[in-house]
Amino acid sequence: MAKANPAAGWAYATPTALFVLVFFVLPILLVGRMSVSDWGLFAGNRGWNAPENFTDALENRLFWPAVWFTVKYTVVTTVILLGLALGLALLVQESSRWTSFLRTSFLVPSALGLASASLLFYALYSPQASPFPGQISFLGTPWSALWSTVALIVWRFAGFYMLLLLVGLHSIPGDVYEAARLDGASRGQTFRHVTLPLLRPSLALCTILCVTGSLLAFDQFYILTKGGPDNSTVTIVQLVYNVAFQGQNNLGRAAALSIVVLAALLIVNVLQFRGLRGKES
Amino acid sequence: MSRLLIRTPQVVLTGGLAIVFLFPLVWASLASVSPQAGTRQSDGWGFGNYATLATYQAGIGQYILNSTAISLLTVAFTLFASVTGGYAFANFRFPGRNALFLVTLAILMVPYATLLIPLYVLLNSLGLQNSLVGLALVLSMFQLPFATFMMRISFEAVPDELREAALIDGCGSFRALLRVLLPAAKPGLVTVGLFAFLAAWNDFITPLVLISDSDKMPLPLAVANLRGQVMGIVDYGATEAGVVVLALPCVVLFLALQRHYVRGFMSGALKG
Repeated sequence: MAKANPAAGWAYATPTALFVLVFFVLPILLVGRMSVSDWGLFAGNRGWNAPENFTDALENRLFWPAVWFTVKYTVVTTVILLGLALGLALLVQESSRWTSFLRTSFLVPSALGLASASLLFYALYSPQASPFPGQISFLGTPWSALWSTVALIVWRFAGFYMLLLLVGLHSIPGDVYEAARLDGASRGQTFRHVTLPLLRPSLALCTILCVTGSLLAFDQFYILTKGGPDNSTVTIVQLVYNVAFQGQNNLGRAAALSIVVLAALLIVNVLQFRGLRGKES
Repeated sequence: MSRLLIRTPQVVLTGGLAIVFLFPLVWASLASVSPQAGTRQSDGWGFGNYATLATYQAGIGQYILNSTAISLLTVAFTLFASVTGGYAFANFRFPGRNALFLVTLAILMVPYATLLIPLYVLLNSLGLQNSLVGLALVLSMFQLPFATFMMRISFEAVPDELREAALIDGCGSFRALLRVLLPAAKPGLVTVGLFAFLAAWNDFITPLVLISDSDKMPLPLAVANLRGQVMGIVDYGATEAGVVVLALPCVVLFLALQRHYVRGFMSGALKG
């Protein structure tokens, strides 16, 4: 039987293997090599310089502010987004004509690309084109720039996370609710002691997706705030981009910085998996 | 009637929420055709802002063409690699099978930025710098973890007897794939293709890093650049029109396939 035919198996796996080798494994090795080399955007490789890139990257005056801002943005976005998504999911969990209209309205923004959504809000927030009355400064201060971006992200992603949580809600068997009702549980008690614990796997998935996505935020800040005002909204990925392609043009330093990001992301995800699984057992 | 009255506050509240979510899209569509100072559409309603887009640098036609080419190439590469790869992982035993599958999934764990810096250098040395094909290959690689996983489980869900019957009838393993497995895995194919198309159409940071030639830019990059067009004064009318052009295909695709998309999610839950 073909199942035991390794040659045929490898033949079918070859395209995947080539893709993974050329566009994933090689770049990973190359980024490691670049991070310990003096590597200019135009000049190319000018020899080893370890560990200069790493020390330079960590001493960059924007590094710690970018880390702090990225973490702050991630916490704010995750809390608001998941809270709202859970509320929306509870609102539309029964099916009727009206709730299916609501689901569609909440989901339509998820069809847009993040860059398109950011451009839309860029016009929406602009003093000239904005439909809002008065002169509200949406992007003028660090505080308003953060919250305006969070509003954009919540608008774009709330429907998507609502859908994921809706899947979780629908997988809770009806007889569990029936049992809670017979025991005389109130609506609040049912939510706290039945819905939330049973929804934990879906909430965990949403948390991991949302935290990872927010830590790597780029498009929304690149388009909406350009990191401003006064570099107050520079995220860590934006810093990598700026070091590599704007100003410093130093690919070696950017490679070192992006390896730091990769390591931090791996640690955060291991901790999240541990924490979320730990609670389950 | 009394039931209706009880439900009224809830309908008002949820209706208000729906309006909040729909408002930006409706506003952008209306604003793109409404009169506005500082744009080509300064008096009366009309399509002046779209005319600005049509004549911007290489012309919106060129950018739509670029984006379409990138998206279709990405769909083709992704489907080819994930169908063959999914088949290998689902139906064959070979040394290195699990390792290769895990490495493919590991793509998900690495940030775009970490990969794009070496890819910028690597594509240069492969002669693929500034090329739509190079960009589509990179975008396909980012799609591979989801696509390969999806095709693998789609093929695994096809009953073994079907494929074995085809093999006994004298089909080679390739004809069994074409005749039996692909038709049975159609929903998986549609999902993979759709995701690849939307991801490629909307991706921003990958072309930002890999494409420097303004004639080869995809639509999101072109619309983002358009903002600083004339002496740093932003033409918001043209931006709004650009957003409509960018969003329209995605919203139409979403509404057309919504049933399929939402149900796909839900049925996944029932199985899990």
